Amino acid sequence: MTEEPLALYIHWPFCAAKCPYCDFNSHVRERVDGARFARALLAELEHEAARAGRRRLASIFFGGGTPSLMDPDDVAALIARARALFDAEPSLEVTLEANPTSVERGRLAALRAAGVNRVSLGVQALDDSALRFLGRRHGAADAVAALEAARALFPRISFDLIYARPGQTEAAWRAELRQALALVADHLSLYQLTIEEGTRFATLYARGAFALPDPDTAARLYDATAEEAARAGLFPYEVSNYAVPGAESRHNLAYWRYGDHLGIGPGAHQRVLRAEGMEALRRHRGPEEWLARVERDGHGTASAEWLTPEERGREALLMGLRLAEGVDPARIAARSGLPFEALLDSAVLARALEEGYLAWTGGRLATTPEGRVRLDALLPALLR
Amino acid sequence: MTDTPLHLIRNFAIIAHIDHGKSTLADRLIQATGALSAREMKDQVLDNMEIERERGITIKAQTVRLSYRAKDGNTYVLNLMDTPGHVDFAYEVSRSLAACEGSLLVVDASQGVEAQTLANVYQAIEAGHEIVPVLNKIDLPAAEPERVKQQIEDVIGLSAEDAVMISAKTGLNIEGVLEAIVTRLPPPKGEAEAPLKALLVDSWYDSYLGVVVLVRVADGRLRKGQRIRMMSTGAVHTIEQVGVFTPKMAQVEDLGPGEVGYITAAIKTVADTKVGDTITDDRTPAAEPLPGFKPSVPVVWCGLYPVDADDFEKLRDSLAKLRLNDASFHYEPETSAALGFGFRCGFLGLLHLEIVQERLSREFGLELIATAPSVVYKITKTNGERMDLHNPADMPDMSVVKAIEEPWIKATILVPDEHLGAVLTLCNERRGQQVELTYVGNRAMAVYRLPLNEVVFDFYDRLKSVSRGYASFDYQMDGYAESDLVKISILVNGEPVDALAFMAHRSQAEKRGRAICEKLKELIPRQLFKIPIQAAIGGRIIARETISALAKDVTAKCYGGDITRKRKLLEKQKEGKKRMRQFGKVEIPQSAFIAALKMDA
Repeated sequence: MTEEPLALYIHWPFCAAKCPYCDFNSHVRERVDGARFARALLAELEHEAARAGRRRLASIFFGGGTPSLMDPDDVAALIARARALFDAEPSLEVTLEANPTSVERGRLAALRAAGVNRVSLGVQALDDSALRFLGRRHGAADAVAALEAARALFPRISFDLIYARPGQTEAAWRAELRQALALVADHLSLYQLTIEEGTRFATLYARGAFALPDPDTAARLYDATAEEAARAGLFPYEVSNYAVPGAESRHNLAYWRYGDHLGIGPGAHQRVLRAEGMEALRRHRGPEEWLARVERDGHGTASAEWLTPEERGREALLMGLRLAEGVDPARIAARSGLPFEALLDSAVLARALEEGYLAWTGGRLATTPEGRVRLDALLPALLR
Repeated sequence: MTDTPLHLIRNFAIIAHIDHGKSTLADRLIQATGALSAREMKDQVLDNMEIERERGITIKAQTVRLSYRAKDGNTYVLNLMDTPGHVDFAYEVSRSLAACEGSLLVVDASQGVEAQTLANVYQAIEAGHEIVPVLNKIDLPAAEPERVKQQIEDVIGLSAEDAVMISAKTGLNIEGVLEAIVTRLPPPKGEAEAPLKALLVDSWYDSYLGVVVLVRVADGRLRKGQRIRMMSTGAVHTIEQVGVFTPKMAQVEDLGPGEVGYITAAIKTVADTKVGDTITDDRTPAAEPLPGFKPSVPVVWCGLYPVDADDFEKLRDSLAKLRLNDASFHYEPETSAALGFGFRCGFLGLLHLEIVQERLSREFGLELIATAPSVVYKITKTNGERMDLHNPADMPDMSVVKAIEEPWIKATILVPDEHLGAVLTLCNERRGQQVELTYVGNRAMAVYRLPLNEVVFDFYDRLKSVSRGYASFDYQMDGYAESDLVKISILVNGEPVDALAFMAHRSQAEKRGRAICEKLKELIPRQLFKIPIQAAIGGRIIARETISALAKDVTAKCYGGDITRKRKLLEKQKEGKKRMRQFGKVEIPQSAFIAALKMDA
C-alpha cells in the first residue's frame, strides 16, 4: 500500500518503583519472569510482522516502564528478530530508555552490544532535592556519571528533564538547564511538570500539597528553555523536544508525522494504514493478562478498529502541528483520506494565521512558537 | 358572630421595621387572646411562605380576627391586618392600611426609628389612622426608651408620652397593647343597609378553594350565594364561602360593615382580583367605588433565561404557576442573541424581583440567568409616537428619538452623622436632588429625589458600604422626568451582546461603560485569541479593555500511545464548545456570564 518505512515500539512494563508523576503503563512486581515476557514479545512481533508483510524498518524504540532492566540478551534477540523480519534501513535507529541508577549504568555496554544505538536517559533533574520530590531513585551525581558512560558508548544520546516544578524560579531553571546542556547530548526532552489523573501527584495536588506555576510563569519558563537550548545549538522541533539539527528522534517523528507504527507489548498502540483503511490497535494493559493472551493466541490485542477519515485527519493534525516542520497538506490528505481543507475550520485558520499562531512555509502549514505553546486551545477550534 | 356592632370592632395594622418585632408581637396577640392553642403556635404564624419566614418579609397581606374581653367588660373583635413589609409593595400596603382605622407603631427601644418605619408611618397617617406607639424590646440592656420616645416625637411628630412599653419576646405588657387598641383606636364606620361596598385588600391562590379574596366591608353585607361584581372589571362571581381567619379559616354566615374576612367565588387566577378594587352587589350595585384604586404597574424589568436551554418550557410553566398567586408580576417571551429563549419579566421593585427569582430556583429547581434590571423609560419619537421601553435592547435609533423620560423616586435615608458626608456624596454621584436634610439626635435624615435607574445599579450595596451598614433606606415612586439618557452597548470581540446593553445618563456613561468592561475582563477567562471588550454609544466607543490571549496551554508529552486519548479528548472539547454560549467566536463559561449580569443590588 504505502512504501514508507515502519517504526517499531516495544514496551517493557516493569519499573523498580512507580514515580509519583508518571501515568505510563508501568508496574512494580517483586519478581519478573523476564525470559517469559521476552518470549511473548517475540511472539507478538512475529504475529504483527506476518500481518504487515515485509516492509522497511526505520526505527525500534524500547520504552516502558524501564526497559534498561531487561536482560540485554533479550534486547539483542528482539532487535535481531526485527532485523530479520523487516528490511532494516542502514540508518536504523534503535533507542532504549534507561534510568541513570548505578545498576542500570552497569548494563549500558551490554545493551550497546545488543544493537541499541541511541539511549534516552531519564535524568529528570540535576538537583537532589528535586529528584527526591519526583520520587527518583538516583541523585544528580548518578545522572552525570550515567551520561558520561553513555556518551562513551552510544553514538547518540538524549535525556529527559522535568521543569516548571513547584517553586522553581526562572533563574534556577536556566542554571540547571545550562548545566545539562554542558553535558553534551544531541537531543533533549524537556517537559513541563503536569499533573496526570490517577497519579500520586494528582492526589497530593488536589490536597494542596504543592502548587504549579501559573500559565504566565509557565510560558516564561518555556521561552527561557528554548533560549538556553538554542544557545547550545539545540532547537525545538516538537513541543517538548530539542535537538541538534539532524539528531531528531526518528522514531518519535514517525508518531508526529502520523506514520505507520507497530506497537508490541502490554498497553502498546499501533497505527497501520492498510488497504481497508487506518487500523488502530491497542494491547491489553495488564502485563499478566497480556502475557496470557499472547501465550494463548499469539498476540495480546485488546481492541482493533478502523478509524473514520475524520478521526484520521484529527489524529494526523493533532500530532503534526506539534512539530516545528508542521504538516504537508498532501500527506495529511493521503493519511486521512479527506481533502486537507475539509479538516479545518477556515475562519479559525484565517484568524490563527492573522494572529501569528500558524504560518504557511514552503507549502506546509505549521504552528509558530506562539501557536505551539497554545496548541491545546487552538486544536478544538481549528479542527472540524 | 358576624353581627358585631361597629363600636365593638377595631381594625388595626402593625407598622415596624424588619426585625423590630412585628411578627413576634402578632404572635403574642394571637396567643393572649387564645385564638390558637399553645400547640398550634409556631413562630410567626402569619408568614406562610418559606421565603417570608426566612427573610422576615411579608409578601401577602394577611389578617387574623381576635376576640378580646376588655377591662370595660365588653368583648371586642380585633382584626389584625398584617401588611406587606416592603416598599416594593407600597400600593398593597396602602390598601391594607385603607382597611384599618388605626396602627400600632412598633419601634425597637434600642434601635430607634428607621427609614422604612417612617415611610410606612407616613402612609398610615395619610390613610387617616390613629397611631399608638409601642416600644418593643424594653427588656434589653441596650434599650433607651426615653431617647426613642423623643425621637418619635421629633421625627414623626407623634406624641409618644403614652407609648406602650413591651417586650414581645417575653410577653411583657401584651395586655397593655390590647387595652390601647380598644381604648385609643377608633371603631370603623359603615351602613349595613347601604349597597355593598367591600375593599379587595389582597388575594391568593389556594389549590382547594381557588382564589381566596381578603376583604374589608365598608357598607352593606357579603353573604354566601350572593352575586358580586368587581367594579373595575365588571366581572361577576357567585360567592361560595364567606369566612374569617381565626387565624384558621372559619366560615361565617355573612360579613357586615367594618368587618374583615374572606370570600371564595370559584375565581381561577388572582389576576382576576385586583388589589384595591371595590366589590359590590351585582343586582344593587353601589354608585361609586371606594377611592384609591390603581392597577399595579411593574417598575423594574429584567430578562430571565434558563441556564439550560432545555428548561425553557419548565420556566414558562413555573412563571405561569407563580402568576397564579402573584398578579403584580408580569412576563412575556423574549429572545436574546446571546442568551436564547427566555422571558422579559416586570416587578414592583428590586426585592420583588429577587423574591420571584428565588422562588423560581427554590420551588421549581430552575437555574436562571437574570439580565441587568432596567426601569421603564418613556420614549417620545420624532413622529410623536410614544412607547414604554422595558428592555434597552429595544431602544430605537437615537435619530428618531425626540425625548426620553425616566422614573424618579423619593428616597428617605437615615444615617448616623459620621457617615452622612459619604451618603450625600453617593446621592450626588447618582444624580440625586436633595429635598430635605434634618437631624434627629445624632442621626441625619436625608430626603432625596433620585432617578430609579441609579438605584437599581448597585445603590443598596454602595449605601451599605459607605455607611458601614448603618444607613437605612426607603423610597417611593415620584413620577417621570425627561433626561439626557443614552443606550450603552457592550461589544465582545466586536459583536454587540444584546443582553448586556443598558441605559445610563450621558454624564455617567463613560464611568459605567468602563466599569462593566473591567468587570467582564475579570470574568471572561483568557482564550486562544485576545478579545476586545468595548462599550459604545451608537457607533462611538467610550471604553475598551482587552483580554489578553492565554499564555500557555499545550500537552507536554504526546507520543504514539497518547494519540487515541488525545483525539477523544479533542472530540469531547468540540462537543462541549457547541453547548457554550458564544459571543461571536468567544466562549463565555456560564458562571462568568451569570456573574457579569448579576445585578449588584
